[in-house]
Amino acid sequence: MRNCLIIATKEFKSYFRTPIAYVFMTVFLVVMGWFFFWVGNPPFFQRDHVDMGGFFFYIPYVFLFFVPAISMRMWSEEKKLGTIEILLTMPIREGEVVVGKFLAGFGLLFVSLLFSLPIPLILNFVGEPDFGPIWGGYISCLFLGGAYLAIGLFASGLNDNQIVAFIIGLILCFILFLIGMLPYQGILPGLVSFLEYLSLSYHFESIKRGLLDSRDVVYYLSVIIFFLYLNTRTVTKRR
Amino acid sequence: MIEVENLTKSFGPNRAVDAISFKISSGEVVGFLGPNGAGKSTTMRMITTYLAKDSGSISVAGYDVAENPYEVRQNIGYLPESAPLYLDMDVLEYLKFSAAIRKVPGALRKARIKEIVLACGLGEVVSRKVGFLSKGYRQRVGLAQSMIHDPEILILDEPTTGLDPNQIVEIRDLIKSIGTEKTVILSTHILPEVQSTCNRVLIIDKGRIVADGKPEQLANTISGGVSYEVAFKGGTEEIEKALTEAPFVKSFEMKSEDAEQARYSILGEGKEEIAEQIFHLAVEKKFILTELRREIASLESVFSSLTIGEAEE
Repeated sequence: MRNCLIIATKEFKSYFRTPIAYVFMTVFLVVMGWFFFWVGNPPFFQRDHVDMGGFFFYIPYVFLFFVPAISMRMWSEEKKLGTIEILLTMPIREGEVVVGKFLAGFGLLFVSLLFSLPIPLILNFVGEPDFGPIWGGYISCLFLGGAYLAIGLFASGLNDNQIVAFIIGLILCFILFLIGMLPYQGILPGLVSFLEYLSLSYHFESIKRGLLDSRDVVYYLSVIIFFLYLNTRTVTKRR
Repeated sequence: MIEVENLTKSFGPNRAVDAISFKISSGEVVGFLGPNGAGKSTTMRMITTYLAKDSGSISVAGYDVAENPYEVRQNIGYLPESAPLYLDMDVLEYLKFSAAIRKVPGALRKARIKEIVLACGLGEVVSRKVGFLSKGYRQRVGLAQSMIHDPEILILDEPTTGLDPNQIVEIRDLIKSIGTEKTVILSTHILPEVQSTCNRVLIIDKGRIVADGKPEQLANTISGGVSYEVAFKGGTEEIEKALTEAPFVKSFEMKSEDAEQARYSILGEGKEEIAEQIFHLAVEKKFILTELRREIASLESVFSSLTIGEAEE
C-alpha cells in the first residue's frame, strides 16, 4: 500500500508538471459546460425543471474520449523511455505499480469532477433541485470513470505508443458501454439481460437514478479489478 | 553473491544468451566485455528480474530470481543502458522518489540523498529537470538512483557511454571506490574500462562466455608467449633469414619498412624472455639494432582474437 501511494503521488504530480492536467481539465469543463447549457437534452435554459440530466446524459460519451487520454501515457511512456526497466527492478511489485497508476488517474478524474460542482451550486441558486439524482449521477460518474480508467490503463500496458493505447482503450470502453444498448431484442432475446448486465451503460443508468444498488457497485468493482489484474499480468510477463 | 547456471534466453530464432554459467562472489568487480549484441544486456536484465529466462537458474544474494524477484530487487541497484529517466521530474524529486521506493528509511533519506548527490557530482543540477540535463549528467543521475539505498550488488549496463573523458575517469573512480565494499557487475565494449576498473573479466560473445579471468591473466594466456617489437637497420632479406633460422623465434611478422629500418614483431618460443637472444643475434649477424621493446599483450588483442576467431568459423 505504501508503495502504491508513492507511485500514485509521483504519477499524479506528473500530470501537473506538464500541461496535461490543465489542458485536460479545461477542455473537460468547457465541453461539459457546453453540453449542459446549450446542447442539453434539452438544454438547461429550455428545461422546465432544475436538474443535471443533460450533464449526466452526455458524460459517458465525453469520458469515452477523456479517460483513455488520461491513462494512455501511463505505461506506454514508461516503455518508450525505458524507465520501466528501472521501475520494475526496484523493490516494488508490478501490482502495486498498477494500482498506484490507477489511483493517480482516478485522482485527476476526481479533481476534474470537483471543478464541475459550480453547476449544482448554480442550480441551487436558481431553484430547488432534487440533490438525490445529482449525487447519484456524480457517484455513477466516478464508478464509470474508474472502469474506463482501468480499461485504458490495461490498453496502455499493451503498447509503447500512446496513440495506439488511446485508440485501443477507446474501442474497448466503447464496446463495453454499448453492448447493453444495442437492439438485439429481435435477434437474441435470451442474451439481452446477460449483455445488459455486462455493459457499463446499464449500471450507469441504474446508479444515476439515485439508487446505490450493491449489484451495480459489485459490477463496477469487478470490471476495475479485472482490468487491473490483466494489466498486472501483461506488464509482469515480459517476453 | 550471484550464481548463474546454464542460463539461456532466445528472442525468436536468435539465441541471445546460450547456456551461460558463472559465479560472482562478494566484493568482486566484474566486467562483462563483448561486442554489441553479444548478450551482455540480456544477461543483466535477467539477473535484475526485468526479463524472464527461458531456462537455467539465477540466484542473487541467496534468492532465486524466478521465485523471489521481490527479494532480489531489494538487494540490487541497477542502471540500465543509456540511463532511462523520467524527463519531467527534477533531479532532487527523482532521487527522493527512488529513495522512497528503494526503502531508504525516512529519517536517513535527506542525509543519504545529500551524500549521493555529492558522490555523483550532481550538486549543480539538483533543482534542474532531468529532461534538460546533458547525457553525462543523466548518466550520473541514473547511477545515483541505483546506489541510493546502498545495495550489496550493483549492476551497471554501460555506465560510461556518452560521457566525456573527464567524466569517464570520475565515474570509473566512483565505481572503483564502490567496488571496495560492494559487488559490481558492469558491462562495456570499451576495453580500457575493464582494465582500469575490474578485477575480473567475462568476455561474452554470441551469448557465450569465451573467457573468464583477471584482466592481466587473460592477456597472457591468450597471446601464448612473449613478444617483442624490434627495429633493425639493414637488408630485410638477411634479417628474415636469420630470424627464420633462430631457434628461439616461434614466429615473426614485419610491421613496417622504410629506407632507414625494418620493424618486426617477434614472438618467442616458450615463455622465457628473448631480449638477450635477440641482442646476441644482432651482434653476431652485425645487424644494427635501433629499437627493442617488450610488447604487452593488451586485452584488445585478446578480445579480437577471441571474438573475431569465432566469427570466422
